Amino acid sequence: MTADTPPISVSGLVKSFGRTRALDGLDLTVRPGEVHGFLGPNGAGKSTAIRVLLGLLRADAGTVRLLGGDPWRDATRLHRRLAYVPGDVTLWPSLSGGEVIDLLGRMRGGLDPRRKSDLLDRFELDPRKKGRAYSKGNRQKVGLVAALASDAELLLLDEPTSGLDPLMEEVFQECVREERRAGRTVLLSSHILSEVEALCDRVTIIRNGVAVESGTLDELRHLTRTSIHAELAAPPDGLALPGAHDVRIDGTSVTFEVDTPQLDAALRVLTGIGVRSLVSRPPTLEELFLRHYKDELQEAGL
Amino acid sequence: MNALTGTGGLIRLILRRDRVLLPAWVVWIAVIPLGFVGATDGLYPEAADRLQYALTTGTNPTFLALYGPMYDTDLGSIIAQRSGFIPVVVGLISALTVVRHTRTEEEAGRRELLGATVTGRGAGLAAALLVTFAANLVLAALLTAGMAAQGLPLAGSLAFGLQMAAGGCVFAAVAGVTAQLSEGAGAARGTALAALGGAFAVRMAADVGGAGNSLSWLGWLSPFGWINRIRAYGGERWWTLALVVVLVAVLVAAAGTLSARRDVGAGVLPPKLGRADAPARLSGPFGLAWRLQSHALYGWLAGFLALGIVYGAVAGGVQDMLKDNPDLARIFTQIGGESGITDAYFASVMSMLGLIAAAYAVSATLRLRTEEAAQRAEPLLATATGRLRWAVSHLLFPLLGSAAVLAVAGLAAGTAHGVDTGDPGREVPRVLGAALAQLPAVWLVAALAVALFGLLPGVSGGAWAAVAVCALITLFGAALGLDQWAMDVSPFTHVPKIGRDFTVAPLVWLAALAAVLAALGMAGFRRRDLATR
Repeated sequence: MTADTPPISVSGLVKSFGRTRALDGLDLTVRPGEVHGFLGPNGAGKSTAIRVLLGLLRADAGTVRLLGGDPWRDATRLHRRLAYVPGDVTLWPSLSGGEVIDLLGRMRGGLDPRRKSDLLDRFELDPRKKGRAYSKGNRQKVGLVAALASDAELLLLDEPTSGLDPLMEEVFQECVREERRAGRTVLLSSHILSEVEALCDRVTIIRNGVAVESGTLDELRHLTRTSIHAELAAPPDGLALPGAHDVRIDGTSVTFEVDTPQLDAALRVLTGIGVRSLVSRPPTLEELFLRHYKDELQEAGL
Repeated sequence: MNALTGTGGLIRLILRRDRVLLPAWVVWIAVIPLGFVGATDGLYPEAADRLQYALTTGTNPTFLALYGPMYDTDLGSIIAQRSGFIPVVVGLISALTVVRHTRTEEEAGRRELLGATVTGRGAGLAAALLVTFAANLVLAALLTAGMAAQGLPLAGSLAFGLQMAAGGCVFAAVAGVTAQLSEGAGAARGTALAALGGAFAVRMAADVGGAGNSLSWLGWLSPFGWINRIRAYGGERWWTLALVVVLVAVLVAAAGTLSARRDVGAGVLPPKLGRADAPARLSGPFGLAWRLQSHALYGWLAGFLALGIVYGAVAGGVQDMLKDNPDLARIFTQIGGESGITDAYFASVMSMLGLIAAAYAVSATLRLRTEEAAQRAEPLLATATGRLRWAVSHLLFPLLGSAAVLAVAGLAAGTAHGVDTGDPGREVPRVLGAALAQLPAVWLVAALAVALFGLLPGVSGGAWAAVAVCALITLFGAALGLDQWAMDVSPFTHVPKIGRDFTVAPLVWLAALAAVLAALGMAGFRRRDLATR
């Protein structure tokens, strides 16, 4: 594996459970040193894809390369180089959190005790409690500390912050930024858009087991619409805006969404009339996301 | 809303979840004594035969220790004695049922989910107890009707049915209390089973010398003692049932009080903190498996040690019986030489130990499935640990742990018997060998569990059915008059018996078959997806 081989490269991945097709030709490429957001609602196939990457599930079809190897055949060799946090960390009732952190670290090939105690402090986690005594959020912290204290080159995080309070969410984001500065690659599956927006260099949106969109946030925004609200010098008369949608005119004020490639042309039309004030807002990730799930939401009657 | 609001809904939930298990064990228990009636009647048709039986087998110290005294010489009394161990089994099942529906639910967090709905804080405990009591009463009704239908006296049959159910009710209530004490389901189970073992040991000590011996009064200290002193078919003493009812009521009240005083998820006893760092030995799958399984192994070792001592110590009594029965002595010496009857006794005791070891081996094997289903295997297998290494780390327990428990029981029984006969140099190796000869059969049952785990993980609990079938065949097959082909289904039928000509071939076959099954299971596990269902 050379320096620019993608740590994760998946194409046409299919995985079925009985009659359900959990992954239906998924493509996913994660580049070295990036934090890659893996975005989709519950049941979209995020966890299934990560489990295939970990060699816990066997792919039915497609190619999957992880750190230059085959995740099913070379599982144990590859696992020395990665750390994994499941979305629901379950602990042994009789083992303390500290013991689990050390155990997982040692089984992965060692962990840094200084980094461990630093992380315990930052996440405000008491490592002496027994597994059964932890709340959901604290169990999640045990998994996070175990993964972050290792010096793995790839982190696979499957909705790692479920159950964390906002303060701890902030600590988590700081830690991920540090990992990126240290040159590590992170695949972060999430349905929390603000988290992905704050952390990720590139994003893949998954829906019903297929990647529907993939790229940097800027690229994705380019593919979508910008909302414009403008106060014009005079009431427009039969405004012909190229690439505009949902145009609403109220006296001199105009509100519309415009396909981002047509933004320039649309603004020229407005400046032709004369612009008093202009608010332009790039689409949020949420809008990007909702656009892909709109029909699903409509089906659900929302 | 009072503490019991929602009990009805929880009862329906338990019935729905246990819709197979609950009827299965009630029927499984009921067929055993009901099957005895025809078989015993066939073996001892005349009053004289039964009298002979009562004087020999019925006063055999092993029978007395395991089953309790025989109070009369009629057919019903023979069956009541032969069924003397059933209250212990029913007590065990009932205690496990109550813990599973109370503390296990709390530990899994499901109790909290229900607690947030309109459910009183005592409802979970009440529902678990009511369902278990009801199952026991259904068992009593089935037995009463079934025994009476086969021509036994109705009053005796009613006493007999209640006798079998009483053990279940007492230990369901005991488990109701222990479930309040600690935070873990494991500790709740362990405490309840220790109470059950203690009560049984006291009853054994009271009855091993026969009815009315100098230690008989000890029986009044144990619920199992009260239960066989109900004397079904042997001049029923109904008032003894009142003791059972009072004990159950006191225990239920205690459980209710304790449950009202503690928080959901907490125990009456405070939780202990663990270590902040893992000790050096906890650094891989083997260290973890040892940590998870060693406590259970110590418990089983202690149990096997106790059983070995008891079985070995009463073996001498079997020989004494020969002195009083010249006819029987002649038959046994013809079959197996001077030590024929002791050997026959040890052969049957060793099959029993083998069965218990098989239960241990299956529970240790299925730990793999528990770990997988609870998603605790997943983070481990996402480290540099391979599937095979992880599986082997747990499978060392059924492989070597079952050897250890049988060796301990064999050594203890051989030593106790050797001290009795004054020739330990002869007895220890013989009895130890007889115990270890069970190993290949134990491994075969465990290997079936491995194969199910690897190939059909969703039904790996079916390995318990194999243990139940072997138990039915080995413990009750002869009494039920099963054909030889049916007896051959159990691997324990093929183990060479002590005192006969020793042949190694069946042991090799059993071990080879076990190895093949285990290999199939491991091959399947390496190829399949990890699955929580």
